[in-house]
Amino acid sequence: MAPDMLLALLWKALVQTVQMVAVAGFIGTLIGLPIGVFLATSGRGELFAAPLVNRIVGLVVNATRSTPFIILVVAIIPFTRLIAGTSIGTNAAIVPLTIATIPFVARLIEAAIREVDGGLIEAARAMGASRWQIVTKVLVAEARPGITLALTLTLVSLIGYSAMVGAVGGGGLGDLGIRYGYQRFMPDVMLAVVVVLILLVQAVQSAGDALARRFDKRGRKN
Amino acid sequence: MLSIPDTPSQAGDAVPDVSSIPSAPPAMVAFERVTKRFADRGGEGAFTALAGIDYTVPKGAITGIIGRSGAGKSTLIRLVNGLERPTSGKVLVDGVDVGALPERGLRDLRRQVGMIFQHFNLLASRTVFDNVALPLEIAGVPAKVIRARVAPLLDLVGLADKASRYPAELSGGQKQRVGIARALATEPKLLLSDEATSALDPETTQSILDLIRRINRELDLTVLLITHEMEVVKAIASEVAVIDKGLIVEAGRTFDVFTRPRHDTTRALLSGLLGTKLPEAIARRLRPEPVPGGRIYTRLTFFGATAEQPLIARLMSELGAEVNIITGTIDEIAGEPYGSLVVSYPADPAIIARADAFYGETGLFTEVLGHGA
Repeated sequence: MAPDMLLALLWKALVQTVQMVAVAGFIGTLIGLPIGVFLATSGRGELFAAPLVNRIVGLVVNATRSTPFIILVVAIIPFTRLIAGTSIGTNAAIVPLTIATIPFVARLIEAAIREVDGGLIEAARAMGASRWQIVTKVLVAEARPGITLALTLTLVSLIGYSAMVGAVGGGGLGDLGIRYGYQRFMPDVMLAVVVVLILLVQAVQSAGDALARRFDKRGRKN
Repeated sequence: MLSIPDTPSQAGDAVPDVSSIPSAPPAMVAFERVTKRFADRGGEGAFTALAGIDYTVPKGAITGIIGRSGAGKSTLIRLVNGLERPTSGKVLVDGVDVGALPERGLRDLRRQVGMIFQHFNLLASRTVFDNVALPLEIAGVPAKVIRARVAPLLDLVGLADKASRYPAELSGGQKQRVGIARALATEPKLLLSDEATSALDPETTQSILDLIRRINRELDLTVLLITHEMEVVKAIASEVAVIDKGLIVEAGRTFDVFTRPRHDTTRALLSGLLGTKLPEAIARRLRPEPVPGGRIYTRLTFFGATAEQPLIARLMSELGAEVNIITGTIDEIAGEPYGSLVVSYPADPAIIARADAFYGETGLFTEVLGHGA
């Protein structure tokens, strides 16, 4: 393929991928973060103790996570049409990506929050903190390095998932690789796509790691 | 929110108990028939942590509650700031029934009660300054006021130069100093200490105890501490209560309890601490019943007036028998000097009678440890 044509294709696909990952990541985090905090704090005897609701939410999260993404994409087409007005294209692909991101983020955030020492919750209660203050000033603040790494992992996984939404015309780098590189047997396109994906994932991971390190004050010794 | 917990009638209930005894100091904390049971959870079985506690913590003093692990002391201290609620009975803090407080009232109470912890419980993501500022942020104090309030606290605990450091950069003793500054931030009237020195080495423990004593004096702050270390109580607590299996088995002035322990648990916890432990070789030979032609082993405790008289010389001449000194020590409990001496003399009835008469006359506190060859 002519280099300028390849570049144009790559650029368009990259923009679509970034768009899908950014929007799905943002909305998924917005919804997944509170669910993760809830999962981590609503067990028996915990801050927002609601063991039954905790179990139900846990079951829904598990069910969503155990559905293969490509099946989820197809299965929720009616819902996608309801939200996006269409079931094909980049905007439509954002819907299943977001749905898959929510439980993923929730479980990772739950794990990060659970890493926070229970003694800190007790100390905050002893200071007269409300439950909301404990969540914002202690749990989320202390889990920030873990949450940053969790969101980095989420973005990297989303880049992978976004390759599958070509099935509903979502576009993006993965779609480009499949249609040109594989189906039309154009190894140069395939190679270019893989290189761009590697660079993209590398950039996201490095940025996430650097941010998490900045937040992490636990191991610093002078 | 029509019910105000601190109504005059409730305060009135609590006051007569205390004021009817003219000599009793006003109570900062009063436990009234307090029990705490933890429900059966996942086959562990129900557990009674506190089996009926009646105890009063006087205002202005440093009071120590001591017991082995599992004795119920952690539960007891957590009742004071409402981290746990009693199953039955009442916990009154400065006259306010903690168990009856609604969530909001409990939060207000907790701002008047500071707490420090064994593992410090500092936020790793916050600097020393921001850790001390946290209780003020929680109370909604404006940032300007917080800045003015935190600096003198860091001065007080000797960490003014560490304000922008993170806890990971501090030693254990420094972390506990931050914990203390944080506990004092809301200007509480009561400080709870939950094994605050148990994770520290002896030297650091001493410096933290010195700081607590200074705060107690300079800020006129009541301190209630729980510990399993007799050393801590001996060093700073003027009052002590010994807790065992959910019950207070012995309580009083630390000096009295330590020099004249009445309960086995107290004796066991004290053993070795006051330098009165018998050498193992002798302890093994001692029998509870008299040995024919043997000797009686007696512990003499000196304090107050008896500490300043030449009593051993007099004892020897009174008895007309040779007195053997086995072991002895001179020490200080909560700032009061005392001495302890273990002696043996022939277990002859006449000699014992003369000795008892001498003890009675001088007011010397004695304890028969046993008989031996």
